[in-house]
Amino acid sequence: MTLTTLLAQQLVNGLVLGSFYALVALGYTMVFGVVKLLNFAHGDIYMVGAFAGFLALSLVAGVVGIGWLGVAVAILLSMLAVGFLGVVIERIAYAPMLKAPRLSILITALAVSLVLQNGVLTLTNGQIIAFSPKLGFAGINLGGVFINYKQMALAGTAAILMLGLEMFISRTQYGRAMRAVSVDKDMSELMGIDVNRVIAVTFFAGSALAAAAGTMAGAYYGSIWYFMGFLIGLKAFTAAVIGGIGSIPGAMLGGLILGLLESFGTQIPGIGSEWKDVFSFGVLILVLVFKPTGLLGKSEQERM
Amino acid sequence: MAGPVAPPVEPRPSAWGGLNRVLDTPAKRGAAIGLILIVMAVAPMAFGPYATVILTNALLYTILALGLNVVVGYAGLLDLGYAAFFAVGAYSVGILTTTFGWNFWATIPVAIVAAAVAGVIIGTPTLRLRSDYLAIVTLGFGEIVRIAARNLKITGSASGITGIEQPWLFGWHIATPTDFYYVFLALTIIGILVSVRLSNSRLGRAWLYVRHDEDAAEAMGINRVRVKLAAYVIGAIYGSIGWAFFAVNFTAISPESFSFKQSTLFLMAVILGGMGKIPGVILGAFIVVLAPELLRDLGSFRYLIFAVGLLLIMLYRPSGIWPVRSAK
Amino acid sequence: MTGPSLILSGVTLGFAGNTVLQGVDFAVAPNSIVSLIGPNGAGKTSLFNCITGFYKPRAGNIAFEGTALLPLKPFQVTRAGIARTFQNVRLFRQMSVLENVMSGQHCRTSSGAVGAILGLPSQRREEREIHDVAADCLRFVGIAEDEWPREATTLAYGHQRRVEIARALATKPRLLLLDEPAAGLTRSEKQELIGLIGRIRDERGIAVLLIEHDTGLVMSISERVSVLDHGVMIAEGTPKQIQSDPKVIEAYLGSEDAEAALAL
Repeated sequence: MTLTTLLAQQLVNGLVLGSFYALVALGYTMVFGVVKLLNFAHGDIYMVGAFAGFLALSLVAGVVGIGWLGVAVAILLSMLAVGFLGVVIERIAYAPMLKAPRLSILITALAVSLVLQNGVLTLTNGQIIAFSPKLGFAGINLGGVFINYKQMALAGTAAILMLGLEMFISRTQYGRAMRAVSVDKDMSELMGIDVNRVIAVTFFAGSALAAAAGTMAGAYYGSIWYFMGFLIGLKAFTAAVIGGIGSIPGAMLGGLILGLLESFGTQIPGIGSEWKDVFSFGVLILVLVFKPTGLLGKSEQERM
Repeated sequence: MAGPVAPPVEPRPSAWGGLNRVLDTPAKRGAAIGLILIVMAVAPMAFGPYATVILTNALLYTILALGLNVVVGYAGLLDLGYAAFFAVGAYSVGILTTTFGWNFWATIPVAIVAAAVAGVIIGTPTLRLRSDYLAIVTLGFGEIVRIAARNLKITGSASGITGIEQPWLFGWHIATPTDFYYVFLALTIIGILVSVRLSNSRLGRAWLYVRHDEDAAEAMGINRVRVKLAAYVIGAIYGSIGWAFFAVNFTAISPESFSFKQSTLFLMAVILGGMGKIPGVILGAFIVVLAPELLRDLGSFRYLIFAVGLLLIMLYRPSGIWPVRSAK
Repeated sequence: MTGPSLILSGVTLGFAGNTVLQGVDFAVAPNSIVSLIGPNGAGKTSLFNCITGFYKPRAGNIAFEGTALLPLKPFQVTRAGIARTFQNVRLFRQMSVLENVMSGQHCRTSSGAVGAILGLPSQRREEREIHDVAADCLRFVGIAEDEWPREATTLAYGHQRRVEIARALATKPRLLLLDEPAAGLTRSEKQELIGLIGRIRDERGIAVLLIEHDTGLVMSISERVSVLDHGVMIAEGTPKQIQSDPKVIEAYLGSEDAEAALAL
């Protein structure tokens, strides 16, 4: 493999990986925008999404098979189900805590994360479950760079979802309301916006995107287990921070950047796959220390 | 009336909380403490070898929970990577004794200094961040330490370090579970005394000021970065020493003991008992250790119970399960 | 006659396109009482925040007793001798009145973890000193001893404001910044406040700079008054001079503070 093909291959890998990160990062950033909370349980929503997709596929297998159509249906069902789960979690665990000290709501989010993780742990007995729809291994070959159909579908679906979100934010009433609430919640309330409903919609959307990512990840990598949300949660958070927390285009950009960084980073001599995660965490720490507002984020508001 | 100590300032709800109604005089409180000490002192004889091991574990967890309590309960910093400091202590002892043949007692000062340095390294970039970011970044650091421990040769890679020699103290070979029980009991008592002294001091108050209103504290002339760093370093030292002794107790260390899941167990201990209140933290630590023993048959279900319990506490009783005195 | 202790020159502050302060020159003489007034949104609290180090102005200089304040962090400004109270009383919650005031002494003492753990005599001596200074400040502002152990935020509003002043005094400042200290006080409480501010200057030798909307209070207590409007210092002088300054009256009339204009 020549250097260019190697780099090009990493580019493809990076973009695919980045799509996952972007989808999950969007949930973080949207929720942060409206309730100023880092939803620690978001990575586990992704994990639940993967399991929901698995269950959905098993349910509809008889009707639509376990090929491309089956997976597409599974993704949709998972998005719906887990979207609602996100709203339920918000109503039960976060809404009562919004006036509490920051530390309390952080710990609550952590508790939700643990409940989700341990819940699935108990149900699956900690086993890794195989998730293998029939999607084949075919693909196309662009001058030595192999892109399989799964990767294209992944990136394509992610792109469609992100485009859908972008249109939702900029064209619909709810989208405008979301933006208003992120800028100034109290003012929005005074202007007659039903802030609680907006928050619920935000959680729905963010969770749905994470669920889509989770289902696709399960189908793509072929397996799901209760702990798969942990790492992705951290990485998606990193992506959101890189792009600027609170900024939706930032989350998309950050996701892609992180995916590319990881892909290319592992090619640096010395950083093998064992150090891959350290590399990502290192990036996180560096960004937070030197440019906490990220690339597209707004600067810290005045304090007094 | 006032002894050599500063005039008592007892305005905060006392750490004894609701028990204050029953234990309302210093004499009664002293008697309660004395009773507990006597029970703890005879425990190995009274409860047998298996219970001794469990209790030793509970004492270890108490020390570690006390340390995390300084960071989370006093200073209000949600440190999710606390396990990183355990690793520092454990591996200092492990590497120095097995690879370099040091005497255990000589490694203790190293463990302390290493913990302090780690605390400063991790703390300095992160303490300026807002609390959400702090939580995730400390988590990241914790993972970095664990992965490094798993990958580097000097830390024994994935299999860790084994065959750590158990120490001698003036002719007493500390080797049996009972021996270690008493060592940990002594350490726990020291740990409690240190925590009590700290909470009643200028530094202890500074932590509370910074935790309740950072900007107002800063306006009163308190260097909040330095204060938070002090909490971090002290918490790190607790963690490091606790695990240094555990390393020789168990004679082996593995990188998987320093995972995020371990960190959350201690967090649960601190919160269950009620953040910042020492008796509550001790109770929390004991619950976290003893409950799995009692709920052994439930297997992994017990972690779910803990998680749900934590959630319920945050929603309905954030001050922890220790009985609280009703507000004035 | 010594020169002013606090000097601001050409201070310009802006956020996201808004200019909050524009080329402000301002001074406070030692041991005096100066008021800063102006219509709502004029930038008065922002000026305080610049002095105390919470905001960094884009241009200009601020010096206190010869020390440049701009490079300092807020806690360093307090250590240099400037203390403040807040527009919305910000006492430490879940802590007693006494503990709140003791916080002021933190920057004047130094015992740390080691001293606390070992119970060193120097640490115990400092604890007594912290306690005594806090008690003295509380007595000075007139808070009765039986209130000291109570949780600070459970006190009556007027008392809470006084506790906040006591807390600021505990830092042993030479300049005290009071941000709308009379807001929400009854008439008799305002009279007591006037007396208290006077005593702070006379008995403690501390200069007082206050932001205040109650023009009656301002005029009766201040030696000098400065007027800020839309970030620009439009007038400075004795209360009488300010009252008859046409620019000042116009600034108030042009804003919603017509009431204040009439009070002038």
